[in-house]
Amino acid sequence: MTKTEFWQGNTACAEGALAAGCTFFGGYPITPSTEVAEHMAVKLPKKKGVFVQMEDEIASMAAIIGASWTGARVMTATSGPGFSLMMENIGFAAMTETPCVIVNIQRGGPSTGQPTMAAQGDMLQCRFGSHGDYSVIALCPASVQEMYELTARAFNLADQYRVPVFLMADEIIGHMRERITIPEKIDHLSRRELAAGKLPFQADTDLIPGFATFGKGHGVHVTGLTHDERGYPCTTNPGVHAALVQRLVNKIENARNAIADYDVINPDARQVVIAYGAPVRTVQQVLHDRKGTDIGFLRLRTVWPFPEDALKKFNNARMFFIPELNMGQIAREIERHVKVPVISLPKLGGDLHTPAELIKDLEAHK
Amino acid sequence: MTFEDWFRVDRLPHIYCAGCGNGTVINCTLAAVDEMGWNKKETVFVSGIGCSSRAPGYIMTDSLHTTHGRALAFATGVKLANPALNIVVFTGDGDLAAIGGNHFIHACRRNIDITVVCMNNQIYGMTGGQGSPTTPIGCLSTTTPYGSAEPAFDLCELAIAAGANYVARWTSYHVKEFERAVKAGLETPGFSFIEALVQCPTYFGRRNKFKEVTDQVEYLKTHAILRAKRDRLIEKGERIPDDMFIIGELARRNRPAMGVKL
Repeated sequence: MTKTEFWQGNTACAEGALAAGCTFFGGYPITPSTEVAEHMAVKLPKKKGVFVQMEDEIASMAAIIGASWTGARVMTATSGPGFSLMMENIGFAAMTETPCVIVNIQRGGPSTGQPTMAAQGDMLQCRFGSHGDYSVIALCPASVQEMYELTARAFNLADQYRVPVFLMADEIIGHMRERITIPEKIDHLSRRELAAGKLPFQADTDLIPGFATFGKGHGVHVTGLTHDERGYPCTTNPGVHAALVQRLVNKIENARNAIADYDVINPDARQVVIAYGAPVRTVQQVLHDRKGTDIGFLRLRTVWPFPEDALKKFNNARMFFIPELNMGQIAREIERHVKVPVISLPKLGGDLHTPAELIKDLEAHK
Repeated sequence: MTFEDWFRVDRLPHIYCAGCGNGTVINCTLAAVDEMGWNKKETVFVSGIGCSSRAPGYIMTDSLHTTHGRALAFATGVKLANPALNIVVFTGDGDLAAIGGNHFIHACRRNIDITVVCMNNQIYGMTGGQGSPTTPIGCLSTTTPYGSAEPAFDLCELAIAAGANYVARWTSYHVKEFERAVKAGLETPGFSFIEALVQCPTYFGRRNKFKEVTDQVEYLKTHAILRAKRDRLIEKGERIPDDMFIIGELARRNRPAMGVKL
C-alpha cells in the first residue's frame, strides 16, 4: 500500500534516507538545511541508528566517513558555508572511495550570503570543489516527491560506485510543502564486500574495488595519500598516482549513461529549455500554459556526471536556454557539448524565474 | 601473541628518522594493546597527518589515516557507528593542538570511548621543523628563527578541562610508566588522553642545542617532575622552575561517556 503525505522537502529528504537504510547522520545546524538534521535526530535513535551533532561541518564529514567504513549507510546535510568546510573531507572520501551522501540545500552565496533564499550557486563547487582531479555524482530534485526518491537513490549510487553522492537541492525545494506519495518499497543495491584473495583497492572490471568493511578482519589501511592496490602509501611513483586518479574519474565518467536520469519533452522543438532543481517548476508551468509542442524541455535529475547524450535527443534544436539560479554554471557545461547557441538565463537573489520572464526570453530569440 | 605480531612487516623500513622517539611510543602502545588481549579484527587505529600519524600504516589492523587534525572526528564516527570496535588514535602536537584543536576539545567533552596517544615532539617534523603550539618559549624552529614568542599549550590541562576521563603524561624515557598509562587509558571507559613528550633529533634537537639523541632524552628525563612531587614542593613553598613539566597520571574519573561497548 502506498501512502500519501503532505511534507516539507527537507522532511521528505530525511524520510527518503531512512527508507534507504541510512543508519548514521552526522551534521551541524545551518539554514536552510537544518530540518533534515532535526528530523534525523528524532527518527534515527528510534531505529537504533546514530545521530550525532558534530562541532562543525569538517567534523560532520569526517564522522560520516568514519561511520561508512563500519559498513553503515551515512549522510550529512548542509548549505553553502558548511559545504565549503566539507570540501576537505569530500576529497578524502573521493580518494578513499568511501560511500557517503551529502545533501546541500543551496542558498545564496558567496560567503554567508542569503541564508533563507534559494540559489544554485554550488553546482560547480560540488563537482570541482576539493583539490585534485576526481569525479562525483550529483542529483537535483525539483519536487518534494523527488527529495524522497532521489535521496534514496543517492545511497544506492554511493554504495554501487563507492563515491560521495550529492543531493543538490535548493531552499525552494527544501522548504516547500506539497503532496508526496510514499512508494511501497525502494530498491536497495548493497555495497559489494571485498572478495577473498582480492586486494582492498584492486578494482574489478567496473573499476570499483570491493569494500573492506572495518571489523571483518580485512586489515585494510585506508589513507588519503596516493596508495597502491594494497592501500599502502605510494606517493612518488608517477604511474601509481596517474592510474589511481584516472580510475577514480573513469569509474564515474564511464558510467554516465547508467547514472543519467532525465526527461525529454517535445524532442522535435527548435527552442529547447534545459533545467534542474527549482527552475524546473517554471518550465513546467510554461509548458502547461502553452500546451503546444514548440518548446523542447530537457529536465535533468542527474547533473554530474553530466548526461551529455541527452542533448542528442533534440535533433532540431537551434538554441538551448538554461534558466539557473546562478550565473550560468551548467550553461557553461552545456556549451562544451553542443554546436548551437546556448543562452544562459541567470537569476540571482532567491526568486525563481517567472513563467512570463521565461516566455519573454524565448520570444526574444525566436 | 607478542606486540611484534601487530606490525605490517611488508611496510618496513618505516619513515622515522634515526633516533626518533615515535618508535618507542608505538611499541609501548602496541604492548599495552596486546596486554589488553584485544584481537586485530576488533581494533582500529586512526590518525591525522604528521610523523605520528604514519603509525597506523605500520599496524596490521583496519586503520584510517585521515586529513590533518581531523582524526578524532573520523574516530568518533567509527566508534559511534560500531561501539564493538576498540579505537586508538595516534596524533601529534601540530595535528591535535593546532589544526585539530576544536575536534580535540569536543572529543574530550563528548568523552567518547577512544584512547588518544599523542607524540608531542614540540615541532612540525613532517614538514621540516616549524614551530608548533607546544614549542616552548624561546625555542628555535624554521618559523621561530629568533625563538618562539608564543606561550605553549599544556595539552593535558586542556584535556582535563574539556572533560576527558583519563589523562596522563610521560616521556619517551619513561617507557614502562608510559606503557602502563596507555593500558590504563585503554581500560578506562570514555576519552583517554596519554601524552608522550618525544625527542625529535632531526628538527628539534639539532636546532636547540641537543647534540646527541640522548641529550634530548636526558633533558626530558631531568625536566619531568611527578605531580605528587610537584605538589610536595609547592606545599613546602619551593618554586618550580619554568622549564619543568608535570608527568604522571593527571586525571582518572568516571564522567558519562559515549560509544562505550555494551
